[in-house]
Amino acid sequence: MSIAKSKSGDFLLAVEGLTVSFDGFKAVDDLSFYLDPKEIRVIIGPNGAGKTTVLDLICGKTKATSGSIKFAGKELTKLKEHQIVHSGVGRKFQTPSVFEDLTVFENLEVSYPQGHSVIGALAFKRDAAVIEAVEDVAKTIFLTEALHEPAALLSHGQKQWLEIGMLLIQKPDLLMLDEPVAGMSVAERKKTAELLRVITKDHTVLVIEHDMQFVGDIADRVTVMHQGKVLSEGSIDHVKSDPKVIEVYLGH
Amino acid sequence: MKHSSLMKWFVSREGLYYLALAFLLVVILPLTLDSFRLNMVGKYLTYAFVAIGLVMCWGKAGILSLGQGVFFGLGGYCMAMFLKLEASTPEATAIQSTPGIPDFMDWNQLTELPWFWEPFHSFSFTLLAVIGVPVLLAFVIGIAMFTRRVGGVYFAIITQAIAAVLTILIIGQQGYTGGVNGITDLQTLMGWDIRTDEARNILYFICVAMLFLCLFAARLVQNRKLGRILVAMNAQEMRVRFSGYDVAAFKIFVFCLAAAFAGIGGALFTLLVGFMSPSFIGIVASIEMVIFCALGGRLSILGAVYGALLVNAAKSGFSESFPELWPFAMGALFIGVVLAFPDGLAGLYKSYVMPLEDKVFKRNKSKSAPVGATPAAKKADDYSPMANTCSPEKS
Repeated sequence: MSIAKSKSGDFLLAVEGLTVSFDGFKAVDDLSFYLDPKEIRVIIGPNGAGKTTVLDLICGKTKATSGSIKFAGKELTKLKEHQIVHSGVGRKFQTPSVFEDLTVFENLEVSYPQGHSVIGALAFKRDAAVIEAVEDVAKTIFLTEALHEPAALLSHGQKQWLEIGMLLIQKPDLLMLDEPVAGMSVAERKKTAELLRVITKDHTVLVIEHDMQFVGDIADRVTVMHQGKVLSEGSIDHVKSDPKVIEVYLGH
Repeated sequence: MKHSSLMKWFVSREGLYYLALAFLLVVILPLTLDSFRLNMVGKYLTYAFVAIGLVMCWGKAGILSLGQGVFFGLGGYCMAMFLKLEASTPEATAIQSTPGIPDFMDWNQLTELPWFWEPFHSFSFTLLAVIGVPVLLAFVIGIAMFTRRVGGVYFAIITQAIAAVLTILIIGQQGYTGGVNGITDLQTLMGWDIRTDEARNILYFICVAMLFLCLFAARLVQNRKLGRILVAMNAQEMRVRFSGYDVAAFKIFVFCLAAAFAGIGGALFTLLVGFMSPSFIGIVASIEMVIFCALGGRLSILGAVYGALLVNAAKSGFSESFPELWPFAMGALFIGVVLAFPDGLAGLYKSYVMPLEDKVFKRNKSKSAPVGATPAAKKADDYSPMANTCSPEKS
């Protein structure tokens, strides 16, 4: 039934039968899940469950052995990384990957979705629209003050925000965040939750997270992964009370 | 408006660095050196083209090529082929068994001009080929390597191997290439004798003009978003890829740009020196080119120019007196630079001389702007390229 629904195109993202095997080890094994537009989905699960690999597969960093990933009706498994970005998928990595030699402004400017070709990048002009977009995003990610500082000088939490900002300025339809609050202080976590709430107003978001408190704060639905498969799926309360989830992940 | 902003640039700090270099190359050196020495400086400058390319390719984008001699050589050979054909008129080669073909072909029992030599009768084709042939090869290598995500040490080794292959090919195909002797006895360019002192002086100034053209082209690239992406790619290739850029295309571009600069340098080398041989394009020559760039400062295009000038001047000076010691000195120099000051002379200049400049600039600012010109220009007067070496172009 769900397959029929995906073909009708109601889902923003439809992952079906996704499998990847590394030398015979199936990191992701016949995985299927579906994201509605504007949904916030959190993937949880024990270490080695294949959570990050799922994001890698969607954004094209890893190529699937079999299965399909349909995003807004487009098959992603055949596309190159930058083409997947252009179709509207943004990915944040687990460790903050910002350009330390560039300023916050330049980091955001590089991510601005224009001048992606060599010629385009040569002809690119820092016009009013660019400056406005950069300043807008900087405000959202609490970095207005640091706009002209090199990114190397930012704190760990600020770098995480900057990377989220770099995704936001791409105006993606789907944002994928890998452990956005890992290594953050309590205050930073709170601010990040606030930031995600703003973001999720007009984006579909797929998050990997361990912090159950944080998961409960933001998730519409939760997918629990175990050994490359979906163990349980549903609301936070549903999965929290699922005996299988308690067994392998949450503990008694 | 445009005019005044150009004026402003010239009295800006960066503009003054360019002016100081121009002053050194156009006024001071021609006035103080005899024609022979000036020709040597011109020869050194042809290596600066390669070094500028390496700054863009290696320093900025992080792609270390140990085979830039290949592109330098291709540019040089293209020019040499044209000049050789011009020198091999049927009258001048009447004593050969096949008059009208280059002498080395005749010695190797060739009886007609090989097909790939034919287009080099045309000067406009030659000019095109000087840039086109190196860029085409760089493009092919780039597609083969970068789309397969070959990078780092592997790429460096492959470029090195290509340098070796090309050298062996040229030496082996003596009848077509002149072999180990290279293409020698070049005399005139469109009827203009390039061996006279006067011609060599003019060629020197052409070389300086072309150098500044390449400097400005490199500066344009580095100051555009393109330049920031190159730097970003060097540090966080993955992030650039997932920000929607086709990383391979940018790598191919910058590798081709470096090849184009090297090709121009090679062609000018042939004109200034009067011959081209495989010894200028092989592994050793290619590694020396990386040293010019590293010593000058691999992040600074102006630094690269000073690096090429200084290392080559040192090489000439040193090998005149202790020829067998030079390779050791060069090796020591490279290790020293990498260990002690990885950003080269430009890095040293930035940390030690620029703070001094800051003081002078501030003191003079209250008077009038052009007075600020004195510190840089004065150093050029003393001809201490070391102190004059420039500059992180970040801003």
